[in-house]
Amino acid sequence: MDVINFKKIEDGCIIYATGEIDLSNSQELRKTILAALKTNQKVYVDLSAVSYIDSSGIASLVEGLQFSKLHGKGFMLTKPSKQVKAIMELARLDKVFTIV
Amino acid sequence: MTKYLIQVDKLVTHYGKRKILDGVDLKIAEGEIRVIMGGSGSGKSTLLWHILGLHEATSGSINVLGKDLSQLKLNEKHKLLRNIGVSFQSGALFSSMTVGENIAFPLKEFTNLDEKTIRIISRMKLEVVNLGGFQKLMPSQLSGGMTKRAALARAIAMDPKLLFFDEPSAGLDPVVASEIDDLILKLRDAMGMTMVVVTHELDSAFKIADKITVLDKGKNLLTGTVEEVKNSKIKRVQDLLERRARHDTVDPEEYLKRLTQENYTIS
Repeated sequence: MDVINFKKIEDGCIIYATGEIDLSNSQELRKTILAALKTNQKVYVDLSAVSYIDSSGIASLVEGLQFSKLHGKGFMLTKPSKQVKAIMELARLDKVFTIV
Repeated sequence: MTKYLIQVDKLVTHYGKRKILDGVDLKIAEGEIRVIMGGSGSGKSTLLWHILGLHEATSGSINVLGKDLSQLKLNEKHKLLRNIGVSFQSGALFSSMTVGENIAFPLKEFTNLDEKTIRIISRMKLEVVNLGGFQKLMPSQLSGGMTKRAALARAIAMDPKLLFFDEPSAGLDPVVASEIDDLILKLRDAMGMTMVVVTHELDSAFKIADKITVLDKGKNLLTGTVEEVKNSKIKRVQDLLERRARHDTVDPEEYLKRLTQENYTIS
């Protein structure tokens, strides 16, 4: 992953992930998501610029979803690329996440 | 330009004095599913072990994921192997660990991921192979098909670039075998994995292969698409496809030696 950017919006924030998410940086994404969920009511993760995501990256998103459910927060994924979608569908996670 | 993840050139190998592979060439492209076929003793498994760097070749070269195996130091070889998954014929699950622990094992051993992340990944892999919720079972409690799927889940735990599959559908009923074939195709399509599948099962080979390599007596008899293999005029290939028994010609002198000579070994 080259960089993670934030954008504050009215009811929460958007996390923009870009490039490749793999073992080398998925923990950074995980920490960013969990930190954002602690201080925002709604967190959107924009995946449109993610060219590759491995299982550890997907697991970070799952953890974010679990945290949001436990604490009554909103957690949404936006614009996943074809590769990200295919990985999610493989484990049927497309049925679990809110993808907008 | 085609990128080849495996390149084997003129590979010759022996077990003792016995020659197993006799100048095998093999090139497998990124994202390809290559099926290796051949009768028992044709050298399929030996080829697999050599590509994995588990045995030393007599001569020839093997290049995997851009690395020449003969030039790698032990730690470099271990690093390379992290990008390679292997699903063994028997499953080879650790019998003292639960299914979930088996799948988490490579992640615990080779990554610094958080415990929670490892748990989610291993359960996700079980979902992928349709064993969702089975993480607490012991390997001895699994059926043959479930064992194969659990072994596959462990083989893909680290998201390998290259996956080796030894006899995925051997001993399974046709429905379960077909499910495993579908899973192999889905994994390739979603994760872009390159796969080498060793199989005897013709239906399975024809369903999943981009290309098939037929080995016979340690030689690469033919490499081609499913259609090319089906239409091959080579007698040994036809014998394999039509399940005809081999009728090797008998060399009387050699035969007598085999029966009588002390310390006889096949050359």
